[in-house]
Amino acid sequence: MPGTDAIVYKGYKDLALAKLKEIGIRVWSDVILETEQGRFEGIILPRSETADHDHIVIKLKNGYNIGVRADKVRSAKEVNYKEAIYKIPESEFPRDEEKPNVTLLGTGGTIASRLDYRTGAVIPAFTPGELYGAVPELADICNMKTEKLFGVFSENMGPEQWIGTAQAIGREIRNGVDGIVIGHGTDTMHHTAAILSFMVQNTPVPIVMVGSQRSSDRPSSDAALNLRHAVYTAAHGDIAETMICMFGPTSDQYGLLHPGTRVRKMHSSYRSTFRTIGDIPLAKVTTDSLTHLTSHYKHRRKDKNVAIDAVFDPRVTIVYYYPNMKPDIIDSLIEHDYKGIVIAGTGLGHVNKPLYPALKRARDAGVAVFMTVQTLWGFVQMYVYETGREMLQLGVIPCSNMLPETAYVKLGWALAHSNDVDELQSIMLTPISREITEREPYNGYLIFQGGLPEVEEFIQKVKR
Amino acid sequence: MLLDYIGLGFKAGLEVHHQLNTERKLFCHCPVNLTNRRHDAEVLRHMRPTLSELGEYDGTALMEFKTKKEVLYQIYGDINCTYEMDDTPPFMVNEKALDIAIAIAQTFNMSLVDEVHITRKQYLDGSIPTGFQRTAIMGVGGGFEMSNRTIGILHMSVEEDSCREVSDKGHRIVFKADRLGIPLVEVVTAPDFQTPEEAGLGAEAIRRALWNLGMVRRGPGSVRHDVNCSIRGGTRIEIKGVPRIGDIPRLLHNETWRQKALLEIMATLRSRGVTADTIQQRIADVTRLLRNVDNSALANQRGNRIVAVRLNGFGGLLTWQTQEHTVFADEFAGRIRVIACLDQMPNMLHPDSPDAMNINSGIWRKIRNRLDATHHDAIFLVYGPDEDLETAVSEIYIRAREATRGIPPETRQALKNGCNDFERILPGPDRMYPDTDHPPLPLSEERIHSIAHQLPEQPWIRERRYQEIKVPQDVIRSLAISEYAPLFDRLSMTFPESAKRQAEILGRMIPFLARKNIPVHNLTEQRFEELFMCWQDGLFFREGFKSLLLYMAENPNQKCIQCLQKTGMTPATDDDINNVIQKAAKQMNSRTFCHLEQQLNWLMGEAMKSLKGRAHGRELSIRIRDTLEKKREQT
Repeated sequence: MPGTDAIVYKGYKDLALAKLKEIGIRVWSDVILETEQGRFEGIILPRSETADHDHIVIKLKNGYNIGVRADKVRSAKEVNYKEAIYKIPESEFPRDEEKPNVTLLGTGGTIASRLDYRTGAVIPAFTPGELYGAVPELADICNMKTEKLFGVFSENMGPEQWIGTAQAIGREIRNGVDGIVIGHGTDTMHHTAAILSFMVQNTPVPIVMVGSQRSSDRPSSDAALNLRHAVYTAAHGDIAETMICMFGPTSDQYGLLHPGTRVRKMHSSYRSTFRTIGDIPLAKVTTDSLTHLTSHYKHRRKDKNVAIDAVFDPRVTIVYYYPNMKPDIIDSLIEHDYKGIVIAGTGLGHVNKPLYPALKRARDAGVAVFMTVQTLWGFVQMYVYETGREMLQLGVIPCSNMLPETAYVKLGWALAHSNDVDELQSIMLTPISREITEREPYNGYLIFQGGLPEVEEFIQKVKR
Repeated sequence: MLLDYIGLGFKAGLEVHHQLNTERKLFCHCPVNLTNRRHDAEVLRHMRPTLSELGEYDGTALMEFKTKKEVLYQIYGDINCTYEMDDTPPFMVNEKALDIAIAIAQTFNMSLVDEVHITRKQYLDGSIPTGFQRTAIMGVGGGFEMSNRTIGILHMSVEEDSCREVSDKGHRIVFKADRLGIPLVEVVTAPDFQTPEEAGLGAEAIRRALWNLGMVRRGPGSVRHDVNCSIRGGTRIEIKGVPRIGDIPRLLHNETWRQKALLEIMATLRSRGVTADTIQQRIADVTRLLRNVDNSALANQRGNRIVAVRLNGFGGLLTWQTQEHTVFADEFAGRIRVIACLDQMPNMLHPDSPDAMNINSGIWRKIRNRLDATHHDAIFLVYGPDEDLETAVSEIYIRAREATRGIPPETRQALKNGCNDFERILPGPDRMYPDTDHPPLPLSEERIHSIAHQLPEQPWIRERRYQEIKVPQDVIRSLAISEYAPLFDRLSMTFPESAKRQAEILGRMIPFLARKNIPVHNLTEQRFEELFMCWQDGLFFREGFKSLLLYMAENPNQKCIQCLQKTGMTPATDDDINNVIQKAAKQMNSRTFCHLEQQLNWLMGEAMKSLKGRAHGRELSIRIRDTLEKKREQT
């Protein structure tokens, strides 16, 4: 019967699978295994699908796992069978009429994850309800409703999920919730935060995205603390905007609230990976306090007048310019019917001359081309050098200090409203939620250089 | 106290943690280097328990979560990277460390696993920033020989070392991270040791086997022992992190004592009809009552509440001696010190505490009244911040109920005075789960064989062999794990008649010269061969070895025979000897001697001084006696 092997012999194939069948043992069997190298007692575990097909994995009585070569196994005796159940003790969330109501929307990612033994990887699996079982402190902050929207890795989030999330947010706000938390994988959290800033406008309550850099299956995970910070922000914060709430320093000290359109993941694995770019974060948050860093923000309101504009035209792309780029890259995009291109250009927003004819062809084909900077910090300024001025004549539209990823999602959103380049220009350059700011404060660009005595002194005094 | 270990059914096993001699750490590229300088930065973390792959929380993990500690890591720019800070995933495992572990597995005749699985072992005490130690079983089974029997080994794993604890006060524990990530092996023996002394010898035997490989780190801190023991009717208790082998027997003696005492206490409680169900929580707030009492322990508790606790049926048991320097009450003190973070000692007082000064019998009577306690009941005071006090009271009753069942499984810390104290609940297999950051790693037959090929002989085999060829007993121990052992084996094959002499030179004299910073590395195998060739040909006497070796070490380019000539170590001729004796005899004339033997000894000493090992002592002595007798005949 097709599929049965996959269930009974999770992940085992070829030699190892044949051996398991021959000796009459299943995954989760508690066995005594006689091999050429002696006797092993323990539980047969599933095999990672990417591992070789020659070994059988056994969890010994002392808790360790080892792999035994299938061809060395002589016989086996099943003494017990107990399938593992991955479950956090789930208990009903206590309700307190005095406390604000928060809805937690789950999309997947490492804030809600468990181990998968088939692939040997971390996969999204805890329902938000189980999440509460793991972080009971949440009940001190608010009443909570949870809803699992999707169960996808961050990199698999796309227009369909963005739209679904925006609609769920609209529904919850109209139902009168006091704040929204969205659990999300961290890799593309800033893309989702940006698009939600455009799809959900005029929100009366905080919309807080949160994830974790160390999965919640580990004791040192930042998931629980991030979640508590985010839930506190949603329940008690005054900032009615779309934000990302993640660790400020790598230490378990406080979280930062980053504006949804001005934030970026800046390290592949650090806890404090998210940074506000070209501005300062909105606030610092702990498990029971919120300290504003700026007074310029949209305040919480009592009404439910949220505007949901959940549309996206996927015929949009982002081109990261590199020296010696050939025009065929742009030509191929035109040919494949892309309607909008965001270029992440060098310096103030430049590409090389050989690309110019292709840019002209794009303009003639009605493809809107926007310029951002791959330096991430700073403004596009195409008048300083002649190359910039030439590109302006070719119809390339400078995007001020909009981050490339923000420009990408905004252009997709704008294309769903209009295909007219002039109208697109107007939509793109009219800021909706901080994606373009008029001025960059002196402390909007700070990357400390390690090794300098004064920086080291700062690090010694102020925990990282 | 004298204890009959065999009669008590004592058994013990060892977990020996030994650092491996690699340049880099196990899962990152940081150098292995310990330091005493001030740290460069700090990181603050907390630990939360998580599920194991079988879907259960581990008891230890939950206990440690109860303590709600802030964990502070002191890190060093040149020794730690973002991996150790748990901000970067692990790099691929250090293959050199695996090779050493493979060698160790083979030295103990273990079965190597076919495929290595890196596993995470949870440690919520904070000693590792990830909250788990990456560890992998390399081999199972096997053993080593000791005192004419075989001690079994259960398994051996390779793992990353933890941080060093700096301080642990209240809700804050501080670690320095320099040691974190150093590769080590854990060798776990079967519970085959029948006395505390034997366990000490076992630790020594394991260390000798590891040193013999020449691939492990040496010096302070490179080895730590977890010592497990139980007696009949008792429970496996782990005493953790014992650095000195010499401490093992006394620690085990005290643990045996403790288990025996706890079993006796259990029997007493049962005879009184006390069970887990009959123990009822009864406490009273006595803060006001003790407000004006001048007691140093209570003086530190301003602003905190003082709670009196009653344990019904425990009357008279708190002072029951459990180890050389502990009593039953310390079982409770240890628990609340760790779990409730009440670590200002004494953290509890009872009427017989030496620290209960100035709490007079009238006050104790009032406290008894408040608790409705009779002389059948034990009472004591605990004090501290409210939240911790609540944890403390609940923990006291948990421990009291355990006392009616026997000995709770615990990990205990070794104290300097040979006793032990509570550290945490003994962890179970539930705290292990697979490390998803590493793929399984098969060990190839070629790799195993090529390492096996270079392995030295096991020390216990060598020792037995050396005994057979009559190597002196004191030399056997040093030579069997010496780097010169293989050289000795080859030399003693070539020159079997002088094997005993070679053993003495290589096992005793060369290490002695090395300690004096003599460049003994200049003494190559070829030069040793020349040396013993000359010796066999009778070109010098035993007394000449030291001078000759010294000269050879300092003059690496000279042949042995040249060295012999340069040092003048060639045997003295008959004329030489006669001259020396005659010269000495002349000096003798100016002295007076009581008897012949005295005269003989003096002459012998003078002659030896002049000949410096160029003559055989016994022959010289005969000649001198002849000379003296001739002289006497003449007079």
